[in-house]
Amino acid sequence: MLPMANLACFIRARSGLRSASTHPPPRQYAAPGHGALVIKVIMDELLKLLRRDARATHESLGRQLNQSADAIAQQIAAYEKAGVIRGYQAVLNEDELDLDMVTAVIEVKITPQREGGFNRIAGRISRFPEVRSAYLMSGAYDLLLFVEGRNLREIGTFVSEKLSPLEGVLSTSTHFMLKTYKRLGVLMQVEHSDERLSVTP
Amino acid sequence: MNDSPSLRNRLNPVVRDIPRSGIRDFFDIVSTMRDVISLGIGEPDFDTPWPVREATIFAVERGATHYSSNLGYLELRQALAQYVARHFGATYNPEHEILITVGVSEALDLALRALVQPGDEVLYHEPCYVSYRATILFAGGTPLAVPTHAANGFRLTRAMLEARCTPRTKILMLNFPNNPTGAIMSRADLEDIAAFVRERDLLVITDEIYAEMTYDTPHTSIVSLPGLRERTLFLHGFSKAWAMTGYRLGYACGPAELIEAMMKIHQYTMLCASSLSQKAALEALRRTETDVSEMVGEYRRRRNFIINAFTGMGLECHRPLGAFYAFPSVAKFKLTAQEFALKLLADEKVAVVPGTAFGNCGEGFVRCAYATSLANIEEAMKRLQRFIGKL
Ligand SMILES: Cc1ncc(COP(=O)(O)O)c(C=O)c1O
Repeated sequence: MLPMANLACFIRARSGLRSASTHPPPRQYAAPGHGALVIKVIMDELLKLLRRDARATHESLGRQLNQSADAIAQQIAAYEKAGVIRGYQAVLNEDELDLDMVTAVIEVKITPQREGGFNRIAGRISRFPEVRSAYLMSGAYDLLLFVEGRNLREIGTFVSEKLSPLEGVLSTSTHFMLKTYKRLGVLMQVEHSDERLSVTP
Repeated sequence: MNDSPSLRNRLNPVVRDIPRSGIRDFFDIVSTMRDVISLGIGEPDFDTPWPVREATIFAVERGATHYSSNLGYLELRQALAQYVARHFGATYNPEHEILITVGVSEALDLALRALVQPGDEVLYHEPCYVSYRATILFAGGTPLAVPTHAANGFRLTRAMLEARCTPRTKILMLNFPNNPTGAIMSRADLEDIAAFVRERDLLVITDEIYAEMTYDTPHTSIVSLPGLRERTLFLHGFSKAWAMTGYRLGYACGPAELIEAMMKIHQYTMLCASSLSQKAALEALRRTETDVSEMVGEYRRRRNFIINAFTGMGLECHRPLGAFYAFPSVAKFKLTAQEFALKLLADEKVAVVPGTAFGNCGEGFVRCAYATSLANIEEAMKRLQRFIGKL
């Protein structure tokens, strides 16, 4: 199994390296067995590709990274097992769907607990299915939640009956989302058009 | 067009007799068809990085809409001097050794017009960018093409130059990474060329517009080699690595006397490059390092994909090491490059450019640009495989 902390450090170190120069270091695509370092460089690029398109086939990924489809499948399986890849989801333009759904962004102030600091209470809050995302923040509040409900009342009920009464929650401030312009790196409003001529020198 | 014979006779014969670019003819055919996947586009598919576009909008708001100095904004020339020193190993004085031009295209034209006298020969390697031969002829020079070959990765060697060079040869034009072959030159390769250039006392015009796009080894510029800076004009621009083709911005770095001469032509014929584009270029130099390396990473993966796909279908192709072109051989199908490209277009609606558009020695090859989405490349490779299966 991959030691996750190490991997995260490694990925951070790598991206630092890359932005430091226009010429990335020459990348060697060694066959398996040529040392763990080289393999990790490839995995790092694989994750970047999957983050952009999780449905790319193993064959296509393999051709792009000079690997066999089997090798790609193995690396993806290892990432899944290690918990680095935690799922695959479609990026929807929900505004187009006319859904009975509202999203609230809730700022929450909490008191850290004696054992476990912020993590224990954040973990409890995260388990509510209404909570789509939860982050620990620096600044004027501690947690930022993205909460989904069918309407304002439902969100109100979640805040007043489930969130606020929790021990350690000091205060909340709720904002409703009106429109999505960009989500997970994908622009929602812009249609891509290719203005180029069909053959150029 | 209605050919009026009398007007035809009054045209400058040099211009009249130069054929239109083969690319242009091919474009005319492709543009009449629908649903074509084009591997024929020699410009980035990426949008210009947003910080650059944002800076352009800001420049309009702030009113940077007037002439700049003839050489270009000093601030941009200073930033370019730093960039060139850092990445290409040559230092230039931004006050009088750098000229901002309307693309590398204008810089090439200015350089040849400033240097060439009737009868002067200009050496250049083929296959090459479609403009070189015509630009030499427009300047009144005699073009001397040096064919390069797939067998040694379309690199240029001293022996090839020796075979063509005469006492009337004045200039050597270089373009690596190369359009259309994707070839690059290593430092050792360039050292041989540099030695020859010094011995024969040639001038060098080096078009390094694809310099940021090398995939396996870093780029080396001939201008960084001993004794070359004094006899070399270095050309670069923002069209490719920054995906800014429509901004039309390039630059020339060289000895002050040559830049001064080019500046005079530029001054009387162009005045200055677009001031908005110059502002945008400044932002490109300051804030797009990550955008550029992301694009290069994407080109590298597409290069890998396309080469692996060619290998999979038994199509011979030297490994392109830079730019965004693959140049596979189609000679084994017993069709000319032109016939192959036309039939592929008719049967499978995939556009590639016949190698002959880039010089006679491009016969037997087609240029496939991978400056298009991976989805397009994947589909094009499926169609190509089906096509050659039936040949
Ligand atoms: C080798 C080469 N030089 C110059 C150019 C033209 O560049 P610019 O857009 O800077 O005029 C191109 C464009 O395709 C090219 O491939």
